[in-house]
Amino acid sequence: MTGWGIALYGIVAREMLRFLHQRERFFGALVRPLVWLFVFAAGFRAALGIAIIPPYETYIPYEVYIVPGLIGMIQLFNGMQGSLSMVYDREMGSMRVLLTSPLPRGFLLVARLLGGVVVSVVQVAAFLLIVRLYGIALPLWAPLTVIPALLLNGLMLGALGMVLASTIRQLENFAGVMNFVVFPLFFLSSALYPLYRMEEAGELLWWLCRLNPFTHGVELVRFALYGQIEAEALAVVAGSTLLFAALAIRGYSPARGMGARGPSAG
Amino acid sequence: MTQAALEIEGLRHAYRPGVPALDGVSLRAAGGAVTVLLGPNGAGKSTLFALATGLLRPTAGTVRVHGHDLTREPGKALARMGVVFQQPTLDLDLTVTQNLRYFAALHGIPRAEADRRIDGELERLALSDRRGEKIRALNGGHRRRVEIARALLHRPALLLLDEPTVGLDIPARRGLIAHVHALCAQDGIAVLWATHLIDEIDPATDSVVVLHRGTVRASGTVAAVNAQTGGASIADSFDRLTARPAIPNAAPNADGAAA
Repeated sequence: MTGWGIALYGIVAREMLRFLHQRERFFGALVRPLVWLFVFAAGFRAALGIAIIPPYETYIPYEVYIVPGLIGMIQLFNGMQGSLSMVYDREMGSMRVLLTSPLPRGFLLVARLLGGVVVSVVQVAAFLLIVRLYGIALPLWAPLTVIPALLLNGLMLGALGMVLASTIRQLENFAGVMNFVVFPLFFLSSALYPLYRMEEAGELLWWLCRLNPFTHGVELVRFALYGQIEAEALAVVAGSTLLFAALAIRGYSPARGMGARGPSAG
Repeated sequence: MTQAALEIEGLRHAYRPGVPALDGVSLRAAGGAVTVLLGPNGAGKSTLFALATGLLRPTAGTVRVHGHDLTREPGKALARMGVVFQQPTLDLDLTVTQNLRYFAALHGIPRAEADRRIDGELERLALSDRRGEKIRALNGGHRRRVEIARALLHRPALLLLDEPTVGLDIPARRGLIAHVHALCAQDGIAVLWATHLIDEIDPATDSVVVLHRGTVRASGTVAAVNAQTGGASIADSFDRLTARPAIPNAAPNADGAAA
């Protein structure tokens, strides 16, 4: 392995170790979508009928519809938590260790993002296992075909979290992020209801959902579960990932003062 | 002059335009010796460390590590530098070994070689029996020692320590100071040690750079600084250099030493 390979492996392995040592985090990451699945979906099932839309070939129960949305939710929380803790928690210190190591900063930040994405893939795998045990029908190969979509979607959301963390200082606590980032992204998307339903509800809402990159992330995952690629979703998610990653790397450049935001200490 | 491990020239940085936190700071840290960066709180020590480690980019001036300019060749400069930050930077939920392996990986050290060096450094710091413990279970003194072991894994030529004794009790402080001095003598590395505590200086061997309000007020051996200020001891000199004059221009010693 080259120095780059060793560093990448080390960074991803550290993220996994940290995750495995924090059982509450694993528990929380699983309980959240499961509550939605078992409680919310059960209630909505009666109220909401879903027409046959791609990638589905027959009428589907509501539980089947929201599985990709809940996968998106797992990745959304993971991305926001990871990136925000990176800047505001005790992690401020470990970020310094990362950024004072000799490899190029862009590589280090992308490797750190990838570490978070790998953690989210493990969370999603556990979720899909429970979904299957619960009796929700998904294609046999869904857990494999979805992986590329999970990687890309995770990168996009992690990079978005990094951009927010490095630019918006008001988002210092997670409650603020929940109100102003996670909830709007989640509710103004195709995670809980198909977009045609939104169009019926109002043109503006529909447009907001269409412009939301999270919608496209969820759709990318939805089609990937059925072994299909949704071209528009792929293009939007890939483009957003590049944009957010570039902004994130810029946000951590020394010229912009990462590490010492002010003369706080002697 | 021969090339020193760390050469800082004309370093200037302002967080807000017109209010420089550092203004034209120059200093050198040579191998085999401890250079103490002495300054009261707010003198600019942490800003200097952020600049010297590339976390901040200076408004003007250069930082060279073993001849490598930190702005133009950051990889080469950082590869020769070990850093212990003022704030703790270990992962509390990982073990000592896991923390050290992560750092070795960041420097591209293969696993087998990393484990060999980790063994050596932990041995030297009398931490071998703690290797499997989580950082959370260690006391402050041990955590600091782990951070020093970590900063040495990639065999740096320069070790930067930013107020490393903050939060330590007196025996732990003494132990740390003695260990770093021994490192200098054994490995010949250069050490830049930032502090506001006079008693962390060894007057016999250490060089001193007195930083106050963003400028270097005096530098050299303890004897040279005392001669410069007319102080009886380094504590006396420090007081003279950093005292606030009651009337502007009423402290010729302090101003005279700034050059």
